[in-house]
Amino acid sequence: MTIKPLLQVKNLKTSFFTDDGEVPAVEDISFNVYPGEIVGIVGESGSGKSVTSLSIMGLLPNPPGKVTGGEIYLNGKNILQFNEKQMRRVRGNELAMIFQEPMTSLNPLFTIGNQLMEAVLIHNKWPKKKAYDRAVEMLRLVGLPRHEELMNAYPHELSGGMRQRVMIAMALICNPKVLIADEPTTALDVTIQAQILQLIKEINEKLKTAVLLITHDLGVVAEVCERVIVMYAGKIVEEGDVHTIFQNPQHPYTKGLLQSIPDIRKKEKRLYSIPGTVPKPGSVKKGCRFYSRCNVRMPRCLHDQPPYYTTEENHKVRCWLVEKEGEEREQSTITTSQ
Amino acid sequence: MSSQPLLQVNDLRKEFPIKGGVFGREIGTVQAVNGISFTVNKGETFSLVGESGCGKSTTGKLLLRLHEPTGGEVLFEGENIYTFSKEKMRKTRRDMQMVFQDPFASLNPRHTIEKILTEPLIVHGIGTKEERKEKVEHILDVVGMRKEHKKRYPHQFSGGQRQRIGIARALMTNPKLIVADEPVSALDVSIQSQVLNLMKDLQQEFELTYIFISHDLGVVRYISDRIGVMYLGHMVELSDSEELYREPLHPYTKTLLSAVPIADPTVKRERIEIKGDLPSPSNPPSGCVFHTRCNACMDICKVEKPKMKQFRPGHYVACHLYND
Repeated sequence: MTIKPLLQVKNLKTSFFTDDGEVPAVEDISFNVYPGEIVGIVGESGSGKSVTSLSIMGLLPNPPGKVTGGEIYLNGKNILQFNEKQMRRVRGNELAMIFQEPMTSLNPLFTIGNQLMEAVLIHNKWPKKKAYDRAVEMLRLVGLPRHEELMNAYPHELSGGMRQRVMIAMALICNPKVLIADEPTTALDVTIQAQILQLIKEINEKLKTAVLLITHDLGVVAEVCERVIVMYAGKIVEEGDVHTIFQNPQHPYTKGLLQSIPDIRKKEKRLYSIPGTVPKPGSVKKGCRFYSRCNVRMPRCLHDQPPYYTTEENHKVRCWLVEKEGEEREQSTITTSQ
Repeated sequence: MSSQPLLQVNDLRKEFPIKGGVFGREIGTVQAVNGISFTVNKGETFSLVGESGCGKSTTGKLLLRLHEPTGGEVLFEGENIYTFSKEKMRKTRRDMQMVFQDPFASLNPRHTIEKILTEPLIVHGIGTKEERKEKVEHILDVVGMRKEHKKRYPHQFSGGQRQRIGIARALMTNPKLIVADEPVSALDVSIQSQVLNLMKDLQQEFELTYIFISHDLGVVRYISDRIGVMYLGHMVELSDSEELYREPLHPYTKTLLSAVPIADPTVKRERIEIKGDLPSPSNPPSGCVFHTRCNACMDICKVEKPKMKQFRPGHYVACHLYND
């Protein structure tokens, strides 16, 4: 591909330093985000998806959290080497983030206008009037009514959906290239969730902002994302475009996860479920992390960490089964060519 | 059905006072539940669905008399529980148990699992010490946990396991009715399906009747026999589960169904947009409560409240569109 990735994460490793020593939260995280696309990171609790996003933003609580390895390139520059001052220039300006809880991410003591304008004025030496106009423009963009009135409103006067819209307006006010959305609709009702997802799609189309959407909900992923990264227990287990992942998943975890969702389109006799629970971070020292819950495990999975295979263009899977199939495929092509 | 329903709810109402001003005087009321009626038959799963603020949880609590209602009645096996004395109510609760949403907050962190599970037996004076012990081990086995687990504390378990313990506690007294308030919303999908399967198995094994309260229409379809859709304290539609998904009538039900994301990127759906936000329950709209956000709103909807009508056998809807 000739297009350069906007955001490039390479072998990221983030650990937490606890009384019991170093506990790696995520390992071997590598992926790219290209200009203008929507990439989803999907995983259950404890999969490390939020740690990944906080590592990119440089917002990990340190101590105990620390990025211990790898590189994160934004526009070709390794932002992990930036100092706090440089990072602050990047944050909000080039990289912006919205969080799950629109209730707690706005300051209750300041008006919406005040908080929106603060975001612009930190990064630009603009006169107040210009910042004000920009804030009003953003409120219009995210589809909020009565802009002038809203500028003077306090967060408690708004509903959850409106607050999330304000958060999105605030994140986009400096025209960032990448927007990281960490479970942006989890706290919202379904009808409001549909509105916010629609808004994220519209913004992506209109402003060409790349979006990294972090979620546990595969329905949300299917709805908005073009590419999907599936995480399990701190590692990426599968990556591919949304159609490949949903129609031809290769990793047993992805398959299990997709089958576990109760389908609203039909009445199911019995739900598929993955036995067991996610292992504690750091508890699996060798082998595949999904071993204990996998229904197609092999002896080698217990001892050897499966590598990250590329099966087809843009489809990557971390599973030994893929290697076997790959070998067979290679052999079959050899026999046919003979 | 000729047999008596297990639970019959008639015109149930609950208002909460809004306190304010200098001396905390009552300055208004919130209509949390506004005249809902339904029946639940033995052995079925009746689901209450709706978004936050629709009154589904308050209804669940009213059914167990954890709140006192402002009006209406709840007949449990033919008797109005609101006329019961405190003592009789306590005894009746043996037959009606609850499973809560948050398995982290609903188990006492200082008690062992054994103590948590034995407590309902002690309260209701069931069994001898030995029998109670046996029962704990039996129920732990039933919900798919090991008997060694009884010596542990809640923090030693994962969310899914804690929810199993919550269900085990509800089962201890051999209840007839279990009200489950969002029992799987706090769980991951792969764990959620384990717990839902367990609940279905238990229902068969113990002939349980469930009131299942949830906002997730996918989950509800899997578990329910009949469904009541709530909006702003009112029940707007009530139907057999499959019929509701096949042919929703009320505009709100249609909107709600169309808003659920489907985990299949090939599906491109016509989404029914819903306008604006939920109105404040302390100042509900006149006429039909949904008219401010409805895309099929007529003049009559703004002034007259629609009555619940049977549209087809077993399928009820409260909407002026179905008036003739």
